[in-house]
Amino acid sequence: MSLILFDQGPVIPNFGQGSKCETENHAFCWGWVRDHWSDTLQPALLQHVKLAVIAVAIGFVLSFAAALVAYRYRRADQPIGLFSDFLYTIPSLALFQLLVPLTGLTVTTVEVALTSYTLLIMYRNILEGLRGVPPEVKESARGMGLSRLQTLVRVELPLATPSIIAGVRIATVSTISIATVAAFVIPEGLGRPIFIGITQDIFKTEIIAAGVLAILLALGADAILVAVGRALTPWRAAG
Amino acid sequence: MQGAAEIVFDHVTKRYEGREEPAVWDLSLTVPAGEICILVGPSGAGKTTAMKMVNRLIEFDDGDITIDGTSVRDHDATELRRGIGYVIQQVGLFPHMTIADNVATVPRLLGWPKARVEERTGELLELVGLETEYGDRYPAELSGGQRQRVGLARALAADPPLMLMDEPFGALDPITRDRLQLEFLRLHEEVRKTVIFVTHDIDEAIKLGDRIAILREGGVLAQYDTPDRILAHPADDFVARFVGADRGLKRLALRRLDEIELEPVDGVPPDAPRAPGSTTLRDALSLMMAEGADPLVVVSAAGEPIGLLSVERVGRVLSEL
Repeated sequence: MSLILFDQGPVIPNFGQGSKCETENHAFCWGWVRDHWSDTLQPALLQHVKLAVIAVAIGFVLSFAAALVAYRYRRADQPIGLFSDFLYTIPSLALFQLLVPLTGLTVTTVEVALTSYTLLIMYRNILEGLRGVPPEVKESARGMGLSRLQTLVRVELPLATPSIIAGVRIATVSTISIATVAAFVIPEGLGRPIFIGITQDIFKTEIIAAGVLAILLALGADAILVAVGRALTPWRAAG
Repeated sequence: MQGAAEIVFDHVTKRYEGREEPAVWDLSLTVPAGEICILVGPSGAGKTTAMKMVNRLIEFDDGDITIDGTSVRDHDATELRRGIGYVIQQVGLFPHMTIADNVATVPRLLGWPKARVEERTGELLELVGLETEYGDRYPAELSGGQRQRVGLARALAADPPLMLMDEPFGALDPITRDRLQLEFLRLHEEVRKTVIFVTHDIDEAIKLGDRIAILREGGVLAQYDTPDRILAHPADDFVARFVGADRGLKRLALRRLDEIELEPVDGVPPDAPRAPGSTTLRDALSLMMAEGADPLVVVSAAGEPIGLLSVERVGRVLSEL
């Protein structure tokens, strides 16, 4: 892993070769952010987005399928729930360590771990959303001659949307947060500048800049999902 | 237009697993096309079960149910349901769809062209007394009474020959319920569907039914007849108790002054109370008792006396039939 740290940027310590920002190491230095936006922060941000999007997307597909199975066959709920509970309780660093022997220091390792953490929240929310559809709505759908699939697609899923979106929001925000730990495995994401900042004699500016970006990314993603949720559920603004 | 269908229950029995008593026991009755048949009875009498077996939301064990001679079992269940209007007490409108989309549900399932669906939706909202501008609103924006109007429109959308209604007015306040009952009768005059209507309220049954099927616990049919005949000749003690000790008065409520033979008007007492011909005999009698007057002057819509009603005449009307 030490190789990763040496492959770009200054070596620790800087022996006076660093910029003024680095040598003085004040609480925060805008100059460094400006100088290293394009070579450090922006690539890290984009990698971070990619890591999170892939994890949430795969997690959503898996949770969605699992929730549909548990909705249809009540008995499947407990085993699926326990499994996702179990995954959720493994500390992220430990999970990375467990996966490295299997999948190596790769993106796969990171995505497998990140995806596992999204399952519990999204599975539960999708299932609760479906179960929360009022029984009289389901009865009238059936009574009017909607097939089971039509009821699911036209009635149950639209009505479960608020709960589903809520699950995706929590999963997204927590994935963006956990993805910083990915820097222990691969040199990608906003975790990497933080990691370098810590090892580099606690270079505050880099740690703060990357940390703030991670927070802004989480808030931004959450805001986008709120907007998507509103657009998908216009009826909730009524009444 | 598909008109109305005749519904026949032929020795239908339904048992639920793990229960001793059958839910419906050997039920046989015929609902003539275009009539309103009310299934009424105490809870546990199987009235909702009987109704839901018609569109196969519940499957029966024995016997058969036919719609215009075809067994409901000869249809695919979802196809069958699209051809039968269905209204429930909680309405069950789709909260995420506009009123217009709710009403258009079955026509769209049946693949009607868009223009026809739109035309039909507007027509139906008007029919149930909602302005077309309600079409763009969501169910949450409507009152309980308005929602049930939409429920009715939605059930009528594809012009089904049969409507199943499960206590549709049960959750409404008394004033709204009364208004919707009257509008339902007016609507039925207009569209003449066969209706199977479940209620536990004998007064509602008497008010709305062309025929009433009184069921007792264990799903046994106690009596099936017109409201007037059930009130005049209850089949047994159970029916007599169920319709109530005031069944004589209830019968009077079924008749209007302009439907009976009145005594001729000669020498009208000037202070005698007056009532229009649309008054029920029950209300007329109540007025006479309250005013201590006998006879009562029945007047036309224009206010002209058209006949006299005496207490004795009321008694004679009750003894007829």
